[in-house]
Amino acid sequence: MGNFVFDLIGKNIVAALVICIIPLVFILPYALIAILGELKIGAWMQDRVGPMRTGWKGVLQPVAEVVKLLQKEDITPTIANKPLFNLAPFIVFIGAFAAFAVLPFSEKFIPSGINLGLFFVFAVGSFAVIGIVMGGWASNNKYSLLGAMRSVAQIISYELPAGMVFLSIATIAGTLDMQTIILNQSGPIWNWYIFGGPQGGAIKFLFIPFFVILFIVYLISSLAETNRTPFDIPEGESEIVAGYHTEYSGMKFAMFFMAEYANMYVVSAIIVILFLGGWSSPFGTSFMDGPIWGIFWMVGKAFFFVFVQIWLRWTLPRLRVDQLMYLGWKVLLPLSIACFMAIAFLAMIN
Amino acid sequence: MVKYFKDILLGFWTIMVGMKITMDHLFQKKVTMQYPERFDPIDTGFMPDNSRNKLFVDIDDCNGCGGCERDCPVNCITVETVKTVPSDGPITIKSGAKRTLWVLKHEIDYSKCCFCSLCVESCATSAIFHTKEFDYSGYDRNELKHDFVSYSDEEKQKKLDNFVAYQIVKKQEDAAKKAADEAAKAAAAQITK
Ligand code: SF4
Ligand code: SF4
Repeated sequence: MGNFVFDLIGKNIVAALVICIIPLVFILPYALIAILGELKIGAWMQDRVGPMRTGWKGVLQPVAEVVKLLQKEDITPTIANKPLFNLAPFIVFIGAFAAFAVLPFSEKFIPSGINLGLFFVFAVGSFAVIGIVMGGWASNNKYSLLGAMRSVAQIISYELPAGMVFLSIATIAGTLDMQTIILNQSGPIWNWYIFGGPQGGAIKFLFIPFFVILFIVYLISSLAETNRTPFDIPEGESEIVAGYHTEYSGMKFAMFFMAEYANMYVVSAIIVILFLGGWSSPFGTSFMDGPIWGIFWMVGKAFFFVFVQIWLRWTLPRLRVDQLMYLGWKVLLPLSIACFMAIAFLAMIN
Repeated sequence: MVKYFKDILLGFWTIMVGMKITMDHLFQKKVTMQYPERFDPIDTGFMPDNSRNKLFVDIDDCNGCGGCERDCPVNCITVETVKTVPSDGPITIKSGAKRTLWVLKHEIDYSKCCFCSLCVESCATSAIFHTKEFDYSGYDRNELKHDFVSYSDEEKQKKLDNFVAYQIVKKQEDAAKKAADEAAKAAAAQITK
């Protein structure tokens, strides 16, 4: 797969650094936009106007919030386990940031085009839970610990259906490489995996419901993995203060915050790559297609799902712990296994 | 088994209904009024009658009884008074009653006031009352202390001096009166003897 930075600068250390920095340069403005979106969309959905004073109609509010977080005193509880306490937010952020290593932005740019991309995302996705448990335990606070424990239970439960979805797409695509998965879906819109993928002819229409169910299953489990409402029980503020980040303040809290928003983009990008054709244009290969449009489609589609996550957050109440387990183990997992079998069958007859 | 799938579909359906509702609201007209630019209670003069905002003391109506000061649960009112003297002439408060005390200081510390309205309840002459004003602030704590008395320092000093002078005069008068009384008493005793 092409990587335009290597073509431009050649394969040397500078190119590698540039490639490392590009996702970071992307995350920071993206996080600001997402925070603004969260504030404004949340407000609009409640018939409020949201922040209005900072900048034109409040567009600078996220900048103000970040500056505020940076200025705040960084408090470490005296009886906390200091090394772990200080390490935890960075581990959580690294977990989110590492996933960007294999997320393609366009057919010409993917930071690292390894052929195990999907597997890598899945692996580093569960990295965050280590940081969360670390932070929760090291805080020496009962609410933090409770939040961390809930988080572990939740992430482990929802990783299984998510894994089944990954497996199904890997089976039908015959690869774990992100770029190949996207290339498979290029062409007209009905080549996207949510519409059954490129192969199969007429028979694939029988299988479209299974793809749609898988899509919904992954949408739900991705919410749970990023601790977003309605699955925010690890940080349910009405029950356990702020869950695992109760004791964090200032910069370290900002790291958790950033990690959450970075994770939102990661799961949205995965949804787009697996089901909605990644960077490929919905109008086929002839119109609005190419490396530059690829960035537009990839980021645009992913932003739509970030919007959906925000939309869901301001719509649904939080689940109870038992409902969470019921949904994960008794609904999503059986459904995803059934769909996996159906899709494996489709892959076999092709 | 049927119930299981029915529940799933129902759950999915209700989420869709909920998402449609929030989506509708996303594009609806917002109800928020931006406060300093637009504030209906003040613009239209409509503020509930029992609203408890900033206090005002009509010092011409205050007889200086100190009832508000005593009743305030947070001790944020300070009232200082001095007695009037006969040379002030026949002075009354606004409502017509005789003024026996000059109010030299009637200070309310709004940083302490909890707007309980107890001072208003306790004022016999209704000199202290709530206004419609509520948005005020200061850069210093002392800016929130408000003195309602507008006498200048000289006037205050004069009133104090008057009182002290009158005190001396009165003492002499009293002494003279006492002596006179004593003399009268002695004379009366002489007579009865
Ligand atoms: S409203 Fe209450 S607290 Fe305020 S000055 Fe009057 S008595 Fe004191
Ligand atoms: S209770 Fe009324 S009359 Fe008495 S000192 Fe207070 S304001 Fe003046």
